Amino acid sequence: MEPTALEKALDQLDSAGASVRAAVESMQSAEVADAASALAHAASGGAIDPFVFRFAIFVLAIFVGYYVVWSVTPALHTPLMSVTNAISSVIVVGALLAVGISASGLATGFGFIALILASVNIFGGFLVTSRMLAMYKKKDK
Amino acid sequence: MSANLASFLYLVSGILFILALRGLSHPTTSRQGNVYGMVGMAIAIGTTLLYATPSFGGFVLIVLGLAIGGGIGAVIAKRIAMTAMPQLVAAFHSLVGLAAVMVAAAALYAPESFGIGTLGAIHAQALVEMSLGVAIGAITFTGSIIAFLKLDGRMSGKPILLPMRHVVNAGLAIALVVLIVLLVTTQSTSIFWLIVIASLVLGVLIIIPIGGADMPVVVSMLNSYSGWAAAGIGFTLGNLALIITGALVGSSGAILSYIMCKGMNRSFISVILGGFGGETAAAADDGIERTVKQGSADDAAYLMANAQKVIIVPGYGMAVAQAQHALRELADKLKEAGVEVKYAIHPVAGRMPGHMNVLLAEAQVPYDEVFELEDINSEFAQADVAYVIGANDVTNPAARDDKTSPIYGMPILDVDKARTCLFVKRSLGSGYAGIDNTLFYKDGTMMLLGDAKKMTEDIVKAMDH
Repeated sequence: MEPTALEKALDQLDSAGASVRAAVESMQSAEVADAASALAHAASGGAIDPFVFRFAIFVLAIFVGYYVVWSVTPALHTPLMSVTNAISSVIVVGALLAVGISASGLATGFGFIALILASVNIFGGFLVTSRMLAMYKKKDK
Repeated sequence: MSANLASFLYLVSGILFILALRGLSHPTTSRQGNVYGMVGMAIAIGTTLLYATPSFGGFVLIVLGLAIGGGIGAVIAKRIAMTAMPQLVAAFHSLVGLAAVMVAAAALYAPESFGIGTLGAIHAQALVEMSLGVAIGAITFTGSIIAFLKLDGRMSGKPILLPMRHVVNAGLAIALVVLIVLLVTTQSTSIFWLIVIASLVLGVLIIIPIGGADMPVVVSMLNSYSGWAAAGIGFTLGNLALIITGALVGSSGAILSYIMCKGMNRSFISVILGGFGGETAAAADDGIERTVKQGSADDAAYLMANAQKVIIVPGYGMAVAQAQHALRELADKLKEAGVEVKYAIHPVAGRMPGHMNVLLAEAQVPYDEVFELEDINSEFAQADVAYVIGANDVTNPAARDDKTSPIYGMPILDVDKARTCLFVKRSLGSGYAGIDNTLFYKDGTMMLLGDAKKMTEDIVKAMDH
């Protein structure tokens, strides 16, 4: 039965919330007791390496990709490959930084090559995808 | 522009990319999705230019690079034949791989521009992310070039099996790990280039032992790699758009590889280890004289015109012979005569996922007449004619019935259940897997020997009589 399962889940959520509150309260009291405690520092929103946030986004995006790609119809798997190819050329942002603001000639050179390669992919990838997608037609009525 | 606003805009472009993939769930929404993708890319580029505010010289170089690359890309996209899509996609993957290597090199020589430290004192974490991106990028680059050469027919599709290849590959992989550790501790640029070289070699070695028939898996796998390489660089640059895109592309390619492997009933590992399709499989020599029934275009025209239901099964041979337009004409003729026509596509038909669907779409076959294996397989029993054009192994009943067959367990299209199976083929040779097709010797099968396009055109002509 769905409603009971839902209620059960809500109950569990409630008790989870309660334990989190308890944990936070105990951490606050720890902070009062010992302000220098490393644990308390982390709990009060201290320095978390930005890498952790980026990694969280990365992992979530993998899950989003997983569900979105499974919903792609097999008939469009070739356009899927060409469009993923086009969007992965967003690596061009790295090339733009290298060409635009780098002080070293060598880095500018590498960036310029990357810029050309990525632009071939951006334009080629999106255009060939739209050319393919334009061909998919329904039965004439 | 503030760093926070820039990050927010990169997030927006990442979400637009997700919507671009989401649109592909149906042909009617797919075109809108592609527009989302383009807008996302424009936002990412615009944000970078506003945030980094390049010097005038830098700006000129950027416009020049975009114009050169964009021009080349646009011309290729306009001129490429639809039958050449697999090699085009492989070539595009190689560009992403090389671009990743180049961006990493630029970051190594000018770390200040990327905010990851100073020359000789780059943050260790950035170096690890960068070296992972560069290694995967370099593997993608050479691997895709080999895949391109094989798909384009400039290199034999036969697997090339070097002696001790597994030992060599494992050695190279270990060497890569050691080199990455050395790069982080020494920050030496020569170590960086050693990583690049080792990865380039590894990319070649990984792909050369994989045979032509396994190319759908390889193309999907390289698609996945190009995504992970982009994600690695995204971590180095701390760029959200790049991290999200890398994750999307990486998981997309991985799912496609999985679907392709399942379509062949092979494990991913066995495909990667390679060698399949190289051995000339021992023909089942059971001493029984096998007879093959051959037919002409006239016979085929008569059978199809008098059928109620015809299912067309296209394969890679149709792409090679460019027979999709002739096939569409044949289907039109049949529909005029009141015959029900459907198309059945095996997941691994052709050289990349969805290859056949694109070719049929090019020939203006409506997509609602084209069906996937699981949706149509039960209908063969009610079909009068199955017209197999350029497919072979995916119709071999041995995969279903013969436990000793190397392809046993692979899902097949049950064309042998149709009343008559018309099988267009150049000669009576075996398919890419090198396996004899027992379908040829069945009573209900009529072989139409000849070029797929010519045979189809002849059948169309014969129907006019």
